Amino acid sequence: MAVGDVMTGDNNETQDERDRLKQRSRSIAIALALLFLVVLFYVATIVRLGPDVLNRPM
Amino acid sequence: MSGMQVNSRIEAGTPVFESSLSDFFQLMKPRVMSLVIFTALVGMVAAPGSLHPVLAVIALLSIAVGAGASGALNMWFEADIDAVMQRTAARPIPRGRITEDEALSFGVVLAVGSVLTLGVLVNWVAGALLALTIGFYVFIYTMWLKRRTPQNIVIGGAAGAFPPMVGWAAVTGGVSIESIVLFLIIFMWTPPHFWALALYRSRDYERAGIPMLPVVAGDAETRKQIIIYSVLLVATASAPVFIGLGGVTYAVVSTVLGAVFLWLALRVWRVRDGRDSDRVAKQLFLFSILYLFALFAVLLGEHALAAWIA
Repeated sequence: MAVGDVMTGDNNETQDERDRLKQRSRSIAIALALLFLVVLFYVATIVRLGPDVLNRPM
Repeated sequence: MSGMQVNSRIEAGTPVFESSLSDFFQLMKPRVMSLVIFTALVGMVAAPGSLHPVLAVIALLSIAVGAGASGALNMWFEADIDAVMQRTAARPIPRGRITEDEALSFGVVLAVGSVLTLGVLVNWVAGALLALTIGFYVFIYTMWLKRRTPQNIVIGGAAGAFPPMVGWAAVTGGVSIESIVLFLIIFMWTPPHFWALALYRSRDYERAGIPMLPVVAGDAETRKQIIIYSVLLVATASAPVFIGLGGVTYAVVSTVLGAVFLWLALRVWRVRDGRDSDRVAKQLFLFSILYLFALFAVLLGEHALAAWIA
């Protein structure tokens, strides 16, 4: 195996690792954004329903 | 230089690095976004009626994200010309920090998300106006007008003028003469603001093949148009006083600053040679930012004070 092939192999591994890390941070960012939207819609719904939302006659 | 040549230059010359959160933030044009947030806030505060503070924050956030989406989609479409312009060469796509596909996906997701959030959580008139703003900026200005006509920023300026209307609609659920006046002030402000910039950056625009007025019609015609639009702007900026939107402070500030604006526009018209011509154009460009900010800040102050007293 030539020196060049070893170097190319190393580069590919580094590239794969970099892609994996990039994908991971992207997944985390999407998860956080979705969580933020869930909280946002929950809070806005409570606000729109008003303070009497839990005050229901039995 | 054709778009294809420029694109191949980007691909060959700049490696694609890992993008960071800050690159995506830069893609949203934060400085434009801050002006959009400010003018939308003025629209919300000046509007009659009230909105729950949580919903008001959500409305502002949606408008800001919508503006950011427009910026991202603009940078996606203009990556080729951004690379050859000194002012824009350091943006994330020409630098190879973000790929064009990433910018497109990011912009589309933010655009759809911001419109749906504003529509569902606040009201659909505001949501529809935000969709119109994004659509106008991306399709009408960026894709259609910018590379085709020197009137690009006159018509395209409407996109930047919509935010106070969106803010107003978020509170009232409608459009009224007051919000149209706020729209018109920014609409009339855009041409002298950008043409002043184009006067001292005309070589940049020429190199990128953008038909800005100084490139197509020459400096003399641009100076004449700056005068015309400055007069229209100052007249429009006095309208809030006559419809009860602006008070005494606004009347004084808009008159004084309007006079300074016209004086600077006249200087741009008279000083035509050498470095001084660039200097006076830059003065008008910088003052125009202060002018718009001051007008809206006074409106914000007057209405906030009135609400606080009541």
